[in-house]
Order: sequence, then C-alpha cells, then structure tokens
Amino acid sequence: MVYRTRYITQGVAKVLVWMAALSTIGVMILILFQVLAKGLPALHLRFFLDSPKSMGREGGILPTIVGTFALTAAAILFATPLGVGTAIFLREYTRESRISRIIRFGTDCLAGVPSIIFGLFGFVFFVIYLNMGWSILSGGLTLAAMILPTIISTAEEAIKGIPPSYREVSYSLGGTKWQTVMHTILPSALPGIFTGILLSVGRSIGETAAVILTAGSSLMMPTSLFSPIRTMSVHFYILAREGISIEMAYGTGAALILLVLLVNTVANWLLNRYIRHRV
Amino acid sequence: MVIKDFNFYYQSFQALQNISLKIHPKEIFAIFGPARSGKTTLLKSLNRLTDLIFGTRHTGTIFLDGTDIYDPKLSLTQLRRRIGMVFDLPTPLPMSIFDNVAYGPKLSGITQKKRLAEMVEKALRSAVLWEEVKDRLHTSALRLSGGQQQRLCIARILALEPEVLLLDDPCSGLDPISTASIEETLGKLKKEYTIILVPHNIQQASRVADRAGFFLNGELVEEGPVYQIFTRPRDKRTEDYVTGKFG
Amino acid sequence: MSMEIKEKIIEKILLLVALSSITVLALITFFIFEQGLPLIWKMGPKAFILGQKWIPSKGLFGIFPMIVSSFWVTFGALSLGIPLGLACTIFLCEWTPPAVGMVLRPAIQLLAAIPSVIYGFWGLVVLVPLVRDYLEGPGLSILSGSVILGFMILPTIISISEDSLKALPPTYKAGALALGATHWQTIWRVLIPAARSGIVASIILGMGRAIGETMAMIMILGNSVKMPTSFLDSARTLTTNIGIEMGYASGDHRQALFATGIVLFIIIMLLNSLAIFLSRRRTG
Repeated sequence: MVYRTRYITQGVAKVLVWMAALSTIGVMILILFQVLAKGLPALHLRFFLDSPKSMGREGGILPTIVGTFALTAAAILFATPLGVGTAIFLREYTRESRISRIIRFGTDCLAGVPSIIFGLFGFVFFVIYLNMGWSILSGGLTLAAMILPTIISTAEEAIKGIPPSYREVSYSLGGTKWQTVMHTILPSALPGIFTGILLSVGRSIGETAAVILTAGSSLMMPTSLFSPIRTMSVHFYILAREGISIEMAYGTGAALILLVLLVNTVANWLLNRYIRHRV
Repeated sequence: MVIKDFNFYYQSFQALQNISLKIHPKEIFAIFGPARSGKTTLLKSLNRLTDLIFGTRHTGTIFLDGTDIYDPKLSLTQLRRRIGMVFDLPTPLPMSIFDNVAYGPKLSGITQKKRLAEMVEKALRSAVLWEEVKDRLHTSALRLSGGQQQRLCIARILALEPEVLLLDDPCSGLDPISTASIEETLGKLKKEYTIILVPHNIQQASRVADRAGFFLNGELVEEGPVYQIFTRPRDKRTEDYVTGKFG
Repeated sequence: MSMEIKEKIIEKILLLVALSSITVLALITFFIFEQGLPLIWKMGPKAFILGQKWIPSKGLFGIFPMIVSSFWVTFGALSLGIPLGLACTIFLCEWTPPAVGMVLRPAIQLLAAIPSVIYGFWGLVVLVPLVRDYLEGPGLSILSGSVILGFMILPTIISISEDSLKALPPTYKAGALALGATHWQTIWRVLIPAARSGIVASIILGMGRAIGETMAMIMILGNSVKMPTSFLDSARTLTTNIGIEMGYASGDHRQALFATGIVLFIIIMLLNSLAIFLSRRRTG
C-alpha cells in the first residue's frame, strides 16, 4: 500500500543517516587514535626540552615549540588591535554605508584566501620586498593577516551582543564615544573577543603552508624577531614527507594534536558559556 | 527650560509638532498621554540623546537657562551632565554599585579617590539608597532589587550634580513599595532639581507632579497645574483621556 | 575643545585601522599579480592555462593538468562531503538522541580543528597503503586525496547547513507534519528545499576550501605532473604545484609558481564571491 512505502523510505533514510553520523565520529576517532596512540610513547619530558639532533632523527622538539609560540604570539599581537579596532569602527562609528560594506566585503574575501596564497604573499612582501627575511616577524605578520577576519567577526559579534541600554546610559552621563567604548563596551565584549583570539591561536598552531614560506625551517633556537624558526607543524610535515623518522613524526604529531585540542576545547567551552550567558 | 516651536522627525515621520513649553525651575513637570504620543521623543530631545539615532531632524529651539542646547559651540557632554536621564527599565552597568555611581564623575575627569567617594556617598544619600547599600558598595549592582536599581540610576545622574532630571516612566515594572519609595525620593529631590517626568499613569502624575502637559499624537494639547488639568481640563481631548474614554 | 579634537583624531585612526583588511587584500592581489603576470604574458595565457606540460628545466609551464586535478579532487571530495555532510546535518537537526548528539557535535568541532598536516599524515600512513594494496596504483592518488579532503570539508558544510536549517520558521515543519507527512518526507521535501540557498552556499564554501587545501594534498596526492586519467593516478593540484616547488624555484620558474597562484586566486575569489552573494541574499 502507499502507506508502507513512505515508512520504508523513512526507515531506509534513517539507517543511512545514522550510518553517516556514526562513520563521521568513527573516522575522527580513527585519525586521532592513530596519531595519538603511536605518538604518545615518544612524549617524555626530554622530548619537550631537548633540541633535535641529526635533522630531527633524535632528540626533542624544543625549538619548534618555542617557534610555534613565538609565531602565534606575534600574529595575535599584530592582528588583535587591528581586528578589534575594525570591529569597534564598524559597530560604533558608522552605520551600514558604502564604507562599511566595502570593509565587510574585504574581510569576507580575505577569509576565503587559501593559506598557500598567504604564503606566496608573505614571501614576496615581507621576506623579500620589506627585507625581513625568513623570520618570526615575517611569519607573524603573514599569520596575522590570515587570522584578521576571524578576530574581526568574533569581536563584532561580541560588540553586537551588548545591550543598547549600556550605550544610552554612558552617553546620557556625558560620556564621549571613545569613553563609552573604552569603559563600557570593550570591557563587556572582552569574553567574546578573547574567545576569537583563542580560536585564532588554534588555527595558527596548525598552519603550515604560509609558515614554511615565510618563517623558514631552521632548527636552531631563535634569538630575535628576525630569526628564522620552524614551528611544530612544519617540523611534523618535514619529518613525515622527507621520511626522516617515523617515530619522531608521530611524536610531534601527537604533541601538535594535544596542543590544538587543548586550545580549541577551551575556546569552545568559553564560547558556549559566553553565548549562554548572553541568552 | 524653554521649548519653542519644536518639531521632530524620524526620517519622514513627524513625531513632535510645534511643541512650545516652559518648564519652571525646581518643579516637577509631568508629560502624560497615551502611548506613541511623542513623550519619550521629547524627553530624549532635551538631552540630545536623539542625536544617537540615525536619520532624525528637528526644527525649533530648546533652551536651557537661555542657551540653545543645539548650539554647535555647546559641548554635548557638558549638556548631558547638566541634564540627567533615567530610563524606564533599570539599567545598571555591569559593575559594582560604587563604580556605577562614580562612572559619570570619572568620565568627566575626576580621579581622586577621596573626592569620588564623597561624591558617591552624597549622590546615594540624595537618592535615598545610601543606608541600604553603604556596606556593600563594591558588590555588583546587578544584585540589587528593581527599586534599588532605579534609585541607583538616579544616584548615578545625581553624582554629576545636574540641573535637570529627566525620568521616563521610572517606575514601570516596579512593585508598589518600590514605586512609593521612588516617588518619595522625587518629592525630596524637587527642592534642588528641576524634574521632568513621564509618569506611569495619571494617578502617579497627580501624586507627584506640580504641573503637567497632555500629549497626543505628537502635539501638546494643553498644560497647566496638576489640580486644574485633571479636574477641569480646558480641551475636550484632555478630558476624554483623563476620564478614561480612551487610553 | 581638546576633547572634541581628541575624539575626531580617534575616529580617523579607527577608520584607518578598519581599512586594514581591505588593504591587506589589495596588497595580496597586487603582489601576486605583479610577480606572476609577466610570465603569463610572456607565455601567453592560453599556453599557460591550457598547456599540458610542466617541465621547469625546459621552461615549459603548462598548468592544465593541475587545473584538471584540482577539479577532480574537489569533485571527489564533494561526492563524499555533500551526502555525508547533509546526512550529519539532518541527523544533528532532526534525529539525534541527545546522547549521540553530545558526541557528534564535539566530534565535528574537533574535525574542524585538526590541522591539515595531521589529516595528510593519516592519509599517508593509513589510507594510501590501503588503496595501494586493495586497488591498483601507487596509492598516492586522487582517490585518497578526495577521501581525506571530503572529511576536511565536512565541518564547513555541516555548520553552515545546520545554521540554514535552524533558521527556518518552525511553521514549515509543523505545517508539513500536520498535513500527514512522515518525518523523513518533511525533511526531504520541505525543509531541505527551503534551506536550499544556505546549503548551496555551504557547499560552495566547502568547494573553496577544497580547492585551496595544500599540505594534506602534498602528502597524499603524489607528485605526478602528468595529466591524470583515472582516480588512482597520482597528480598535482594548483596548490601542491606551488607548495612542492616553491622551496627551490627561482627566476622564471618562481614566476610560474606565482602565476599558478594567480589562477588559483581567481578561481577561489569567484567561488567565494558567489558564496557570499548567496548567503547575503538568504539572510536578506
């Protein structure tokens, strides 16, 4: 009967959808499990504290850890003022106008540019044209450009969520626009902005293509902003692709995953807490 | 304060028509009328909070002590400190009680701790809130009850030592006891400040105000002393509203 | 009046700051084109884009095989990603028992957070040998790449499609069910078509991500510059072409890589503009 076919279709669909969901979870577990299981044995204290020897076949990954942190810190340092400033401008100093539409369009486009293009750009602009060489500075500035759209949109969301009454109150008490921003809006938007920063940190840690082309791949400990460095993800990539040492690769990969997981879990937890708090 | 031939437009919608009104110093003037008749718009025009809204225009003038408040040479921030506003919903800022009250003075440049503490205490006393919160000045203002929060908002503007207080339905949503305490506070404040109030209802106006003006569809229909306007209104529309024929 | 002047200065500064994203975009466009255009001009755009031989040592720079590979890999990824993504979205929105939902959601967030090099690595050590052993070929193949890429773009498709479905007025669902439709019929014939533009936008964005992926593809696709003839062939995409050779290229060769970047950039910009346009239209 017609009745039955409808329910059969539904049943089949249900099974397929369930399979899809479960296989997605399954694959994720597989991927993480594979790298973590094989990599965790390599993660002893010396791994984190030593420098690599013989091109990474032995030793630890300390310079890469330092490199990762330095690069991420530089990127955040450059991108946050620009990103938050843009968000403040868009939300507090203009309305929907040609300027704001252009800025938003630019931001959206920037968000879609693939990392290898950022790498090419960073290489020709920072490394060569501005003569910064392969360095923390070049890499940091390039990464900053990559995370800028994320910071702008999370900051905007945070500022958008602030009740208009706060602004009214501040203005009616004789506050100027900038005072209102500094004393009322920014403090309230801080949790959201911070979440955006964390998300960008997670992304920067895993970024490889742009970093290789701008920060180099030196295994030495960096001594200044102009030193070339190798980040954990670049190290991982080189170890894997050049087939230097499969154990070291697994170890680096495991460390990388753990770091990224940590940052992202904290960020998502903050995101949920912050959203629920608003609602 | 003197309002002369004031017209106000939101884009193409005319919200206020040819309002001319004189507010006497140190009195409580109530602006009453049905919803959507321009009362809040007028109030917000008085401290130029309407400047924040996009696409508004006005004609006519508003004077404070003889100065045109829309004079471009006049400092907007100064103006807003002389004319303080309390909104219909209590709006404590997400900070401590002390910081809320000190917010205005801090913005205008006062930073000495002692001076700020004095100002905060004086303001909280005038708003009849000091006794209740003096022991917990540094706790969050969000923990206060509705009535306390509103008095906090009053204290906030008092800290700036304004000349005029604008209150837009300050007792909306408050229970009768809190309402009574706010009305009592207003009675005390009247001795020092000029108060323009949008009352919650006519009864509140007759309890609290000296003079009142009836607003209908953006027009000031009539104004006069409270006892006269509510018992022997001159205009039929006022009479209809006051007697409840429409609302 | 110094406060007023200070405020005006701050406003101007903020305007400059806000222009930073446009400035960066302009700089990127300028420099990429400045480096790559001379070569395209020298070779002639047709020869560059349609040329099938990429032999830097002989000065031959045809990127047609890369373009084809890019599209093949993307197509493969979408064939996996769209059904799986839609299914997961439907699951999350309509059919999930809270317990499973609580596992699936973080799982998807995690999938999004994993760096591409990890994906590539996993593909290299797990998937590639599987393909090599059970199917033919070197294992380093478009097939392997498509599978990995499919999972990489899943979170993109799921999150945006989910937003679209959630944004639908609940009356759609209520109305359909009230007319006697089964749950599945409601989903398949009413809700999904209604959320169509959002879902399409998510797919286009996923496509953009797939075309732009570099590191994982370098590790999995192999290094062949020949025109691929089957899914089991190794290949190079536009992105891997740049990524593999940039480290040691110079002169014309380097310019050719930038030129590859130009083609990539234009394709992605077109795709993303389409997605932006579609999603703006949806949200009104």
